[in-house]
Amino acid sequence: MREVAIVGIGQTPVGEHWDRSLRDLSVQAILDALDDAHIARADALYIGNMLSGELASQEHLGALVADHLGLAGMEAIKIEAACGSGGAAVRSGALAVASGQQDVVIAAGVEKMTEMSSNCTTRYLASAADGDYEAAQGFSFVAINALIMQRYMYEHGLHKEDFAPFAVNAHANAVGNPHAMFRRPITEAQFRAAKPICAPITLLDSSPMADGAAAVILCPLDRAREFSERPIRIAASALATDTVALHDRRDVLFLQAGYESARRAYRQAGVGPDDIDLFELHDAFTIMAALSLEATGFAERGQGVRLAQEGEITRRGRIPICTMGGLKGRGHPVGATGVYQIVEAVQQLRGQAGDNQIEARRAMTQNIGGSGATIVTHILETMD
Amino acid sequence: MTMKPSRQVGIVGYGAYVPRYRLAAEEISQLWRGGQDRDTLPVREKSVPGPDEDSVSMSIEAARNALQRAQIDPTQLRAVWVGSESPPYAVKPTSTIVAQAIGAVPSTSAGDWEFACKAGSETMQAAIAMVGSSMADYAMGIGMDTAQGRPGDALEYTAAAGGAAFVFGPGEEALAVLEASYSYVTDTPDFFRRAHQHYPEHGNRFTGEPAYFHHVLSAGRHLMESLGLTAEDFALAVFHQPNVKFPQRAAQKLGFTAEQIRPGLLVGDIGNTYAGSSLIGLTGCLDAAQPGDRILMVSFGSGAGSDAFSFVVTEQLSKRRSLARTTQDYIARRQPVHYATYARWRSKLLLK
Amino acid sequence: MDIARHWRLRDQRYNLQGTVCAGCGHKMFPPRVVCPECRSRKIETFEFSGQGEVYSHTVVYQAPEGFDAYVPYVAALVRLEEGPLISAQLTDVNVDEVAIGLPVEMVTRKLTEQEENGLIVYGYKFRPRF
Repeated sequence: MREVAIVGIGQTPVGEHWDRSLRDLSVQAILDALDDAHIARADALYIGNMLSGELASQEHLGALVADHLGLAGMEAIKIEAACGSGGAAVRSGALAVASGQQDVVIAAGVEKMTEMSSNCTTRYLASAADGDYEAAQGFSFVAINALIMQRYMYEHGLHKEDFAPFAVNAHANAVGNPHAMFRRPITEAQFRAAKPICAPITLLDSSPMADGAAAVILCPLDRAREFSERPIRIAASALATDTVALHDRRDVLFLQAGYESARRAYRQAGVGPDDIDLFELHDAFTIMAALSLEATGFAERGQGVRLAQEGEITRRGRIPICTMGGLKGRGHPVGATGVYQIVEAVQQLRGQAGDNQIEARRAMTQNIGGSGATIVTHILETMD
Repeated sequence: MTMKPSRQVGIVGYGAYVPRYRLAAEEISQLWRGGQDRDTLPVREKSVPGPDEDSVSMSIEAARNALQRAQIDPTQLRAVWVGSESPPYAVKPTSTIVAQAIGAVPSTSAGDWEFACKAGSETMQAAIAMVGSSMADYAMGIGMDTAQGRPGDALEYTAAAGGAAFVFGPGEEALAVLEASYSYVTDTPDFFRRAHQHYPEHGNRFTGEPAYFHHVLSAGRHLMESLGLTAEDFALAVFHQPNVKFPQRAAQKLGFTAEQIRPGLLVGDIGNTYAGSSLIGLTGCLDAAQPGDRILMVSFGSGAGSDAFSFVVTEQLSKRRSLARTTQDYIARRQPVHYATYARWRSKLLLK
Repeated sequence: MDIARHWRLRDQRYNLQGTVCAGCGHKMFPPRVVCPECRSRKIETFEFSGQGEVYSHTVVYQAPEGFDAYVPYVAALVRLEEGPLISAQLTDVNVDEVAIGLPVEMVTRKLTEQEENGLIVYGYKFRPRF
């Protein structure tokens, strides 16, 4: 297997893009990534997306986007793993390069979530859960996360206010990210006063629905310098699954697939949690941030919230998370999110994170599909 | 004219259901009449179905209660019949959903019955006939409604939700054995609802003498006379209860005391449950009856007609009564709601 | 209208029909054809009693399409007395009386109505025992 590098990145601002379609967003992010790698074409496209069929009446996204890039003819497919689609697309691209089947590959993610009314979008998002036994009971995706959070608070003696540092940190970091949806800080008081969506989850525990697209260009590591002055090495790429339905989990409060994909990733990279300088995790809800920290070994069971309360997740902390705003601050265009995480980690490793720059040589990303049924973990490193 | 099955038939199981929510008549009065009729309200409060309840879900719970008392395998039922004026589907039987949910399918007859408030007791007559003819050993009859009155109309005070289910079986297994029954009908248009209409029309005072009283009294009197019985021979009696006054007056005219009708007179607490009204009155009586007690039940349905039944309670009642929740258990489970909540749940707000 | 999908689930929806592993005795709801514990494919039908207690709960204020009529409603994980967790709504309950450990029982209620001319879907919910 060949080693793989990231040599180009592109992203659209995350937000409500009323005037731009699924294809507009995809094409813009990918053209930016191609430009960043100083190339005009690639051998294959893997595009992560969850709901193009339901929300934008458009499937067959691989061919559509390839066509509108002017690259019809190349291999191009959509990769779907609910909110983990983006991470899964990057992994698919990395596998294609590593295997020797493809040389220069585009891995992208796109989601267009503002096409439908929000209760309609809420219904389709619930298709990430078990359709017959969760969604059919009137469970929204937020509700499922709220069930985890409620039990977590009960088991660990926590209050909902204790989760504030995750949202406060995400918003603080989004201020310095020109592509973020919410470039404004929030206070703990605002967090406490936020309106419930599915108690105990409030608006400020939750990442917003949004439109956006992001893309990376992958190539064999030994050719990386042809395309980029600062190529980033993919040191690990791992995907693991768990039961789709929350009720089927052996342990509702532990992201087994997060643990398993991180374990594989650490082994591939030959590192452990202490060697990671920043962690772009999947804070779709504050509870998911806590569980992700616990699954990856940054915190003991039940201690993820304390890590945040102690300030260790900020840019100056032991393990900075959501350094460009995370899902909460940057926004969560579901199928694109996993690629945004990679793009942001690359920005940090390249030293292109602007006001949010932290000193980092090794970054980890973790992208979660559903309530934890698909979890993709990547470790990226500088080549200096 | 009095009807008796060719073999002994009785009630082998019974079950009531009343939703949890209540709307006070005084609140309706305050809203529509400024409280001007506060002292002459037809009921104290009425039951209101929750937003996820209808005749199907309510029938299922009553049927499950009846089966618990009957202690029979539901696949032994050869009929599951539901009488209601509020079926959720205009076309598609309520009874097949109920039969599926209680495990009676597939070797059973199923059907929905319509006869205004008498639809429930019609299913009883039919179930008795089916068992009495030896076509089957067990048959279930249900009367259940989520009745609607036009906002502001007199019927809104009373139109309520609830009902009961009965399993009929061989007399030797019965909690209460049927002595005889009688049905009395005429074409009397005192109350009706045309297709596609939300709310029924009624003849105001015409619903009294020529409709309710004529049919209830004729049916009750005929059955008692044909059996050579008088009111004193009955421990308990229940009459269709559209309000508190009507059954009280009917009872009085037939010679019954307030004591005899008390256990079955539920309308003041739960309202008029239409096709379920006299049936749930009967479950109230069975909850209170002693072995040897004779119970008279007379239903009434607009259009119009009455079914009258005489049952004699057996020793088996006390053994199986506690196998399911009683009528009073449901009545005591009470959560008041305001008119606004009721209006929302009962689809009285224009949403599109 | 996805009629067939709801129709084929009626035994699960009305009667909590799940499965039990003939190999290791593991009880499953929803039903499965492979036991997640021992991988056995010897699976038999098993009907759950419908008794359980609340394992976790939430109040839904923003509902998916089709459930707006019931907002606010309680979504819960219920621990069935035979072992499995089940995702279901609680009904006939005041939002503020719901707590972890609350004993509940299965009832059959309306889950959703598919538009005014569509299918009415019935299924399990749970309510406090009384």
